[in-house]
Amino acid sequence: MSVEQGLFYFLAAFSVALALIVVLAQNIVRAAVALIFSFCGLAGLYILLDAEFLAAVQVLIYVGGITILLLFAILLTSRIAGKGVRVLNEQKVVSGIVAVVLMVLLGLAATRGFEAPAELPKQPENTPRIGTLLMTTYALPFEAVSILLLAGMVGAIFLARKEEK
Amino acid sequence: MVPLSHYLVLSAILFGIGLFGALSRRHAISILMAIEVMFNAVNLSFIAFSRYLPQSQMQGHVFAVFVIAVAAAEAAIGLAIVLGLYRNFKTVNVDEINLMKW
Amino acid sequence: MVEMVWLVPVLPLVGVVINGLFGHKTGHGAHKVAIAATGLSAAVALVIFVQVVVGASLDRDIYTWVAAGEFAAPIGFLVDPLSSVMMLVVTVVGFLIHVYSAGYMHDDPGYPRFFTYMNLFMVSMLVLVLANNYLLMFLGWEGVGLCSYLLIGYWYEKKSASDAGKKAFVVNRIGDAGVLLAMFLIWRTFGSLKFTEVFDGIGGAKAVLMRPSVLGLTLVTVICLLLFVGATGKSAQLPLYVWLPDAMEGPTPVSALIHAATMVTAGVYMVARSAPLFNLAPTALLVVAVVGAVTAFFAATIACVQTDIKRVVAYSTISQLGYMFLGCGVGAYASAIFHLGTHAFFKALLFLGCGSVIHALSGEQDMRRMGQLKEKLPRTSRTFLWASLANAGIIPLAGFWSKDEILAATFAGHHYLLWALGSAGALMTAFYMFRLYYTVFEGKNNVDHHAAHHLHESPPVMTVPLLILGGCTLVVGWLFGFPPDHGLYHRFVGSVFEEAGTAEHAISLVLTVVLAVVATLIALAGIGLAKAWYKTGDNPAPARFAEQFRGLYTTVLNKYWVDEFYIAIFVTFGKKVCRALWGVDAGVVDGAVNGAGWLTVAISRVSALFDFRFVDGLVNRIADVIQGGSQSLRKIQTGVIQNYLLAMSVAVLLVTVIYMAMGGGR
Repeated sequence: MSVEQGLFYFLAAFSVALALIVVLAQNIVRAAVALIFSFCGLAGLYILLDAEFLAAVQVLIYVGGITILLLFAILLTSRIAGKGVRVLNEQKVVSGIVAVVLMVLLGLAATRGFEAPAELPKQPENTPRIGTLLMTTYALPFEAVSILLLAGMVGAIFLARKEEK
Repeated sequence: MVPLSHYLVLSAILFGIGLFGALSRRHAISILMAIEVMFNAVNLSFIAFSRYLPQSQMQGHVFAVFVIAVAAAEAAIGLAIVLGLYRNFKTVNVDEINLMKW
Repeated sequence: MVEMVWLVPVLPLVGVVINGLFGHKTGHGAHKVAIAATGLSAAVALVIFVQVVVGASLDRDIYTWVAAGEFAAPIGFLVDPLSSVMMLVVTVVGFLIHVYSAGYMHDDPGYPRFFTYMNLFMVSMLVLVLANNYLLMFLGWEGVGLCSYLLIGYWYEKKSASDAGKKAFVVNRIGDAGVLLAMFLIWRTFGSLKFTEVFDGIGGAKAVLMRPSVLGLTLVTVICLLLFVGATGKSAQLPLYVWLPDAMEGPTPVSALIHAATMVTAGVYMVARSAPLFNLAPTALLVVAVVGAVTAFFAATIACVQTDIKRVVAYSTISQLGYMFLGCGVGAYASAIFHLGTHAFFKALLFLGCGSVIHALSGEQDMRRMGQLKEKLPRTSRTFLWASLANAGIIPLAGFWSKDEILAATFAGHHYLLWALGSAGALMTAFYMFRLYYTVFEGKNNVDHHAAHHLHESPPVMTVPLLILGGCTLVVGWLFGFPPDHGLYHRFVGSVFEEAGTAEHAISLVLTVVLAVVATLIALAGIGLAKAWYKTGDNPAPARFAEQFRGLYTTVLNKYWVDEFYIAIFVTFGKKVCRALWGVDAGVVDGAVNGAGWLTVAISRVSALFDFRFVDGLVNRIADVIQGGSQSLRKIQTGVIQNYLLAMSVAVLLVTVIYMAMGGGR
């Protein structure tokens, strides 16, 4: 096994385990922390895939932004007591089956289809390339997303504001 | 070299786990977290394809960027909604919020 | 002048129009119009008669009345000895009666209406006797029937009068059916209804006429019998005579004119006119003779016991008509017509005399409340006496010559039984006439006190016609009828019947004289009996006689219950049948309709039930199903989002599985 492969399996296991903790943890804060580490694991996978920029963005945005946001939300909505409360609702079995079947199907699809080239194609420099694409081919989605973010911001502020009594 | 299918299988597993969490967790924020897991799985898949497919021009990366941006916006709004829910229903367990019940 | 014969019926027609349309203006002067019309008509008739005597004659079509394919009937007049005699009798007697009516009907409120009807009658009767074809004669026939109805029921507010009018018309109608059928047969055999054409065509059609027809009788016999049926109705013979006694409900001038002198003689005229046909049918002639003789006898018996003076004279009329038919039946047509003429005069006189008596007694008609009227009513009683003698057949008055001729012809024709009947009838005729005379004008005074106060002779306008008629009665007989069968009259009219092929029965002079003497003796016997029983008025013999033969007396008094018999059969039974049929109709038809209605309601009720239960049930069940289904389905909405999410995931999964299983994605 090459280094690459070893790293892959380690990072893969790491991400999967942490994802499981996210989904199954009793304590929600623990789940949030697990999420953070899961994001990091994925970032590692991105680097393995020569996607440095994305790795950076992942860490910055996901870990630095979203998870903080989640934590704040948890803090704002947490209830002090009730740690014996169940975590999963009553459709856990069925959803478990559904998830497993989906995994199987997707796995089947994945292993069946794609011809991996003998050699990895040459990939241009990440950041400049992404920047160029964003400004040229995908300029419209780029603008749209900015509007979306604006709208999201306004909406979030509005929704979360304190009610006037 | 790690074959593409490995990454895709990993992506599938992560997605399945995220789906399970979205369907089964009671805490609203937990659901959002599970959804983030699902987003991540998809991003991984995009990046993997972008890397391995010969015709790729790194569109996968761009898409992944967009996914992240949208995920961020969505998380923000989702959490604002959860806050609203919490204020009105005094609970964050979604299976207790069933006003639209028959 | 004979071409002006159309004036004779038209002049009274003018009178009808004037009095009919302007009656309210003529009012009490209506008689002037009517009498003028009739008088002028009589004058014209007299002139024409004289012309015919010296040989003129006329058979002319004036106007085409009916032209329908092969059938044609004209309006035309035939003037020959027979019709001119009839015409003269009708117009002269009619004129005198019109004059009389001016006095008799003086106080009647319907004065113009009376004269309108009288003139209308004159028109119809003259058309009848002057017609030259059967159809026009039938028109007159019906016309006189109509006028008879109108005049009998003249006082229509009186129920008995209007009933009598109806009876007359209905009974006449039965006879008319016979005449119509005869006319159909005549037309079919001869192709024409004109007298001349029919009689001339007899030779050619003889084979057809002699062919056996109904009931084995020859065709010509059938025709003649049908004609005779009509004559029976119009001239009141057995069995259709029942209307004549009831017809006395009408005013007395009406009885005189219509039911003595003219209308009832129409039947005799028709038979005489159809002599050529009758002469080919000896069976028919025999029937005519027998019916005539029996009727003469029968009616005479009833007249013997009647107490209403008009009814006595009515039955006498029926009886005398019987003699006329007897005459026709034995081939003595001319004698029959002669008797018709003489009878017209003295019967009219009798009726007018009755009218005078009734008028004098302020409406009394019952013999038993009269008597001793000779002094107060001299003219009336004298003329009445002459008429009674004439009716009884006493020489030299009118009735003797004509009746005697008929009886002689009967005897000579070997119809001895009929002669016996006729002679017995003559005996009774004499008896009842003088019973009437003695009871009314002599005998005991049974007059009611009130009536006695007003007792007076009738005014001249009434008595003068009586005298004129009386004069005719005295003279006409021997003037025209002597010697028997060869007098002026016979030489005049006989030619008509010779041409008709009437068989001549030679009667020896001796036989004639013997029969005449016998007849006179019979008549005198009758008068004698009446005198013995009734002259003094207090002879108990009649009453005792009636007591002895009480059964016979009651039967005759009740007119042999013929009227009751007819009513029972035709009226009562007919009503019963009608009621039964009505019951069937009401029951069956109404029952069916009601049943149908009830059935429809019942069916619709069932149908409604079905609709109600089944259809409504169906609709309700469907609604229930939907409701149940939706009750169950709504449970899907749990309100928990994760359930929806799960459902979506499962769905996606299924689609994917199916897609992959179907070979997609390879």
